[in-house]
Amino acid sequence: MKRKLVALAHARSGDKGDTANVGLIAKKAKDYPLLVKQVTAARVARHFKGMITGPVERFELPNLHALNFLLHGALDGGGTISLKTDAQGKVFSTALLRMEIEVKR
Amino acid sequence: MSARAATVRVAGGQGFWGDWLEAPYRQVTGGPVDYLMMDYLAEVTMSILQKQKSRDATRGYATDFVDQMERILPTVVERGIKVTANAGGVNPRACAMAVAEVARRLGLARKLTLGVVTGDDLLGRLDGLIARGHDLKNLDSGRPLQDVRDRVLSANAYLGAAPVVEALQRGAQVVITGRVTDTGLTLGPLMHAFGWAPDAWDRIAAGTVAGHIIECGAQASGGNCLSDWKTIPNLAAVGYPIVEARADGTFDIVKHPGTGGRIDVAGVTEQLVYEMGDPRSYITPDGVADFTTIQLAQVGKDRVRVSGVQGKPATDKLKVSIAYFYGYKAVGTLVYAWPDALEKAQAADTILRQRLDALGLEFDAILTEFVGANATHGPLALQDIDAATIPEVQLRVGVRSRDKNAVDRFTREIAPLILNGPPSVTGFAGGRPKPEEIVAYWPALIDKKMVEPLVELIEA
Repeated sequence: MKRKLVALAHARSGDKGDTANVGLIAKKAKDYPLLVKQVTAARVARHFKGMITGPVERFELPNLHALNFLLHGALDGGGTISLKTDAQGKVFSTALLRMEIEVKR
Repeated sequence: MSARAATVRVAGGQGFWGDWLEAPYRQVTGGPVDYLMMDYLAEVTMSILQKQKSRDATRGYATDFVDQMERILPTVVERGIKVTANAGGVNPRACAMAVAEVARRLGLARKLTLGVVTGDDLLGRLDGLIARGHDLKNLDSGRPLQDVRDRVLSANAYLGAAPVVEALQRGAQVVITGRVTDTGLTLGPLMHAFGWAPDAWDRIAAGTVAGHIIECGAQASGGNCLSDWKTIPNLAAVGYPIVEARADGTFDIVKHPGTGGRIDVAGVTEQLVYEMGDPRSYITPDGVADFTTIQLAQVGKDRVRVSGVQGKPATDKLKVSIAYFYGYKAVGTLVYAWPDALEKAQAADTILRQRLDALGLEFDAILTEFVGANATHGPLALQDIDAATIPEVQLRVGVRSRDKNAVDRFTREIAPLILNGPPSVTGFAGGRPKPEEIVAYWPALIDKKMVEPLVELIEA
């Protein structure tokens, strides 16, 4: 069955220039492999289609049961240039938590 | 220091300029601490301070810091707490003079030595550096600084912990710096207290991770924490985080007893990934920390142990934070009510854009958001709801241009929509939006050997 990531993970995000980062953290260590397998950089890029102009990079932090995503071209230029409400990408994290992944019943 | 303590406690007192005014006082009075670190400098802050200094040579620092020191200095002096703060902005010496003045007024003359760290300010040296082949390429675009040279407002190298350590070793109790990294303000005290060598890379990395955890204040102790956020107790009286470090480089994140908030593995993990790039290479002037080596454990209530941190040698570069004048922007808003709140806001946006177009105004960007519908989650948000049920939507349109007149004209096109656009519109009480100057950020690198940190002491 499908579940939204918000049920399985929490997240925090921040910015570096025009790049937003999203740290995605499994609530339970046992679910971390599910995130690694299904929440790929390609899948995240599709999820944010229309919201970012650049590529998505993914890094693994198995020690923290976390994945870190860099969303390039996410912030309309970033910092003071950006016209966005979320110019610093603070809540991109929760937008990722809308993604659905497949879990065993 | 003759006998070295088994543990050293560094308290986070401010996560940014504008953070909770009560926090530093609560940190120095709420329980034992050895050091108080306070971070004031965001990227854009330096240019604001540079502008203040150009108008008045005695300004250019974080004035809030002086008020906060006035409140905590008696406790700090009485308990021998040391303070590290990058509140000096582009004028650390003037900041130290202001704190010295406050100390004298409080009857603490001769009881306080201030350390001043400078050498980060490259503004006056830019042309010389460029002439000698340091082109200060933009790390994102690859363009040389020459492109915007005539519009540069500030340029500061990020200094590391070394000058902070030097100031402490020479007897400073309050160390006031310019653009020292946030993490250096925590690492410096730990290097000083434990005698860590500058090339003890794992220790340097551990102190850097400690600094990263507490540099955003309460964001490590329950603030802005998504994990089980509803159960985080008493954020009204949140306790800011404290690093309780040992000489071996392990440390605990704690807070004062009786304070609100929560320190748990989930919350500390959230802070670790905040503003993270490649976790294997968290680069500072002091070294490179590998965040994939960090081990966290809940070892008590509101106590998380951090261990296992490994580091790598520092690079031979320093990051330079340059601010330059870009142009102008303005943001206008109107609120539309049910029924059809989103459709009305969308129609108003279309009309506004047709009018801007007809006026022939040139903008680098026009950005529309519908707050209440898509401002934070974009198209993802509307997939999950029935748009017809949205009770109200704020239309928020921003423009950006090199041409001030274009931005100014835009600000006059919002109000007319109240009477000559779609219905059920309100929320214009704030009046016409004001054009704002955009000071943009230009990140670059410079050879470390080109930057010489300077430490001086001032007796209050």
